[in-house]
Amino acid sequence: MEAIVVTGVGAVTPLGVGARAMHERWSAGVCGVVDGEGPCADFDPREFLSAKEVRRADRFTQLALAACQEALADAGWSSGEDGDRSGVGGHPYAPERIGCVLGTGIGGIGTLVEGQDTLRERGGQYVSPLSVPLMMSNAGAGALSMAHGLRGPSFAVSSACASGAHAIGSALRMLQTGEADAVVAGGSEAGLTPLARAAFSALDALSKEGISRPFDARRDGFVMGEGAAVLVLERADAAQARGARVLGVIRGYGASSDAYHLTAPRDDGAGQAAAMTAALADAGIGPEQIDYVNAHGTSTPLNDRAETAAIKLALGEHAKRIPVSSTKSAIGHLLGAAGAVEAVATLLALRDRVAPPTIGLTEPEAGLDLDYVPGSARPLALNGNGNGDGSAHGQDRPVLALSNSFGFGGHNAVLCLEAP
Amino acid sequence: MSTTITEEQIETLVVESLQTFGANPEDITREATFEALDIDSLDLAELSQIVHEQYGVELKGSDVAEVKTVDDAIKLIAERL
Repeated sequence: MEAIVVTGVGAVTPLGVGARAMHERWSAGVCGVVDGEGPCADFDPREFLSAKEVRRADRFTQLALAACQEALADAGWSSGEDGDRSGVGGHPYAPERIGCVLGTGIGGIGTLVEGQDTLRERGGQYVSPLSVPLMMSNAGAGALSMAHGLRGPSFAVSSACASGAHAIGSALRMLQTGEADAVVAGGSEAGLTPLARAAFSALDALSKEGISRPFDARRDGFVMGEGAAVLVLERADAAQARGARVLGVIRGYGASSDAYHLTAPRDDGAGQAAAMTAALADAGIGPEQIDYVNAHGTSTPLNDRAETAAIKLALGEHAKRIPVSSTKSAIGHLLGAAGAVEAVATLLALRDRVAPPTIGLTEPEAGLDLDYVPGSARPLALNGNGNGDGSAHGQDRPVLALSNSFGFGGHNAVLCLEAP
Repeated sequence: MSTTITEEQIETLVVESLQTFGANPEDITREATFEALDIDSLDLAELSQIVHEQYGVELKGSDVAEVKTVDDAIKLIAERL
């Protein structure tokens, strides 16, 4: 099957505006968590959107629109400059052949809360007519489609904290089946509201200390963050024909369900491992060809234990030979955006041959015995096996990683990513 | 109530609302069409809500659908007061 390549990426995260800002700051050991949360403090939607667009979009959509502008410009589709924001004229494919899939766990919760407050305080007749179009989970996908004239299939996917990865997986399939020639895919979340805070706290899922330190013995929950990431996916031959720079390849995608518990993962990690194994099979590679694992690594006691078990189940002995780190140590948990943000982080790490660190990890819990890259980033040491074709030497061969995403509801989605 | 509200006051309310909706202030004249101002059905639904809150007048969707220009909107509101 023909390769599906990534030609552009964009991200807005607690480490700043821009995919490279995230990559460089995480690799430098910078943590974007402030006072126990990961807000996108540098993000001003007015820098990217007109006054009307800002009013017509919940924050989760605003974040997605900004990430999308960056991704399309990065792919060489549009200038990304003011003026022709639409980029419609600059697309290398017929608009009808460009799809859009955006994951979100919650959708426009800020808009929902505002509407509820208005209903209580002033009465139903004053609830804004914009409430539904802003809060609906597919608002982001609709906004990207409209902003850039993407007329192929577009929709949202929702699988809690696996949404972003499922979105990219769905986009991959859309391209493989020939439903589209290009897909703009990603994830977005803006859940930093008192309601979400209280609700996750009630589940005992949030860190009381406000520290995201995945795999550490002292970890006590996740830190909520917000943000978005968008990737531009195309077929390799078409990308090459238009002279596009290829950032990486979506080599494989695997998904599974625990069918076990509404919030807890299976202790033995079997459901998560099944998704990892499926991603490897989809990529047509064995575990020993993986150079790095970007863990879901939420910093909750349950996830990090189950995920460590899952990585060992899926990769066997090879699990102990490769670095495994968590982007959430640098930005917190971006929920429905996490899978997309982490796919971008993984691709850029692979490109630079770097294993970014699990920040804040000083003493792993007993039994959590993988190489979680504590302290600071390291050059990505290529395992000796390469791609099994004799090309494995030095820095010359492509590098491969798995990016894990697992959501409440027992949804598991894993991407196998490659950088040239 | 209707005796105390002038057309100028209605105009001020409409113009301020259109600006809030994102219309360019320089383009807002009585003759300007909503299409030219990029004001759509969602904006007019919001405008109806504002008018209801300010003047207690209910504008039906079918009324608003006929409104094409700023002047149309001001006259419709004035008629209903």
